[in-house]
Amino acid sequence: MSDIAERVKKIVVDHLGVEESKVVENASFIDDLGADSLDTVELVMAFEEEFGVEIPDDAAEKILSVKDAIDFIKANAAA
Amino acid sequence: MRRVVVTGLGMVTPLGVGHSLNWERLISATSGIRGITGFDASDLASKVAGQVPRGAGEGEFNADTFVSPKDQRKMDDFIVFAIAAAQEAIKDSGWAPQTDEERERTGVMVGSGIGGLPGIADGAVTLHEKGPRRLSPFFIPACLINLASGHISIQHGFKGPNHAVVTACSTGAHAIGDAARLIMWDDADVMVAGGTEAAVSRLGVGGFAAMRALSTNFNDTPEKASRPYDKDRDGFVIGEGAGVVVLEELEHAKKRGATIYAEVVGYGLSGDAYHISAPAEDGNGGFRAMKGALKRAGMNPSDIDYVNAHGTSTPLGDEIELGAVKRLFGDAMDTLAMSSTKSAIGHLLGAAGAVEAIYSIKAINHGIVPPTLNLENPSESCMGVNLVPKVAQERRVRAALSNSFGFGGTNASLVFKEFA
Repeated sequence: MSDIAERVKKIVVDHLGVEESKVVENASFIDDLGADSLDTVELVMAFEEEFGVEIPDDAAEKILSVKDAIDFIKANAAA
Repeated sequence: MRRVVVTGLGMVTPLGVGHSLNWERLISATSGIRGITGFDASDLASKVAGQVPRGAGEGEFNADTFVSPKDQRKMDDFIVFAIAAAQEAIKDSGWAPQTDEERERTGVMVGSGIGGLPGIADGAVTLHEKGPRRLSPFFIPACLINLASGHISIQHGFKGPNHAVVTACSTGAHAIGDAARLIMWDDADVMVAGGTEAAVSRLGVGGFAAMRALSTNFNDTPEKASRPYDKDRDGFVIGEGAGVVVLEELEHAKKRGATIYAEVVGYGLSGDAYHISAPAEDGNGGFRAMKGALKRAGMNPSDIDYVNAHGTSTPLGDEIELGAVKRLFGDAMDTLAMSSTKSAIGHLLGAAGAVEAIYSIKAINHGIVPPTLNLENPSESCMGVNLVPKVAQERRVRAALSNSFGFGGTNASLVFKEFA
């Protein structure tokens, strides 16, 4: 399952243009990685595309950090 | 009335990036028109365009120089071109506001004729194929015309008037004229003004081709396609790019020892009230725009040494504009030089007026009028008119008038005067 974590981190690095070393599991997209609200919408779309999952808006609102994203995908993508 | 001068120039055109390089290439009769690259043009009636040369060579455009790759996804090319031209113009002007008050007295008015057409086309395809949930949250802000002004203000911290003009092919001229008036009216001391366009795309070329507005007879000889006033002209050549100037209140510019390129002395506007795309046959709209600009400048036709024509290379438009210029200038035609720089770069639509304003200012500064390329066999009506065929001419230019006319029957003329 570490594969999921690596793929999530890569998407975050690509979309937010941040250094890989900053994308740690407890990093918040907005507070730590400089994203704005539109960036987070785009990130969620990228996760959906990469993992073939649908992330409803109410779930997307709770994905605020790298860890939140990994946890959501682990719980929903494998199903 | 407060006086307004030009203190910074910036441009991205089919001749390359930068106003000095542009001028060198323009007066050496270089053409920036090529066969279309970057998308499939095989089924388009017009296969030529003035595209901004991309790459890392001299004068070539590399978006990464101006906008981070992360942010490029949030803007269509017309915004990237505007940001690039604005960066050059602002740096060129040396204006770097330090206080809140200075920032609040510095505004932006960069318009576009069409805006993010390629992005809208892509968005429509995404919607059709994948549904609304796949639309990027950046789709709308990437395409909105006033986001060029928005991004420039954000990048430089300019908190004064933030505005955008949308008047088709008159956009660039209207933006400079209206921004100058904001300074005259004391709404700002400095305005970053101009026009930008990046609609050389399948949808853009296809749309203009549907109007039968584009040149189609020179697909195999692109450099010959834009030939204003020539008997064989058969429509305009679509182009892309941006032109941006820094306008400044005269005393403000003098106080900080800025280089003054020219003074904005005249601005005239009119409407044809005639047709959505064809110019009124009597040329009255253009005539009144030019006359209004001269009146505002307090000048006679004989005070103007150079007219940068709208001159798009369409059979009808060139003839009508020339007729209007002849009527207005009368005997002063004998000493007037008039050329269309669209012969070298094509028609930059919303950016045209701003780019051509800069070429007009350069003509004043250098004492050289740029040529009308491909003017091999002038139309009958051109007899006795110095249209600067094929080769630049050295001559003093005390003042220059630049014309821009747009779809919908919107006309604007600007007059720039040497600053002594």
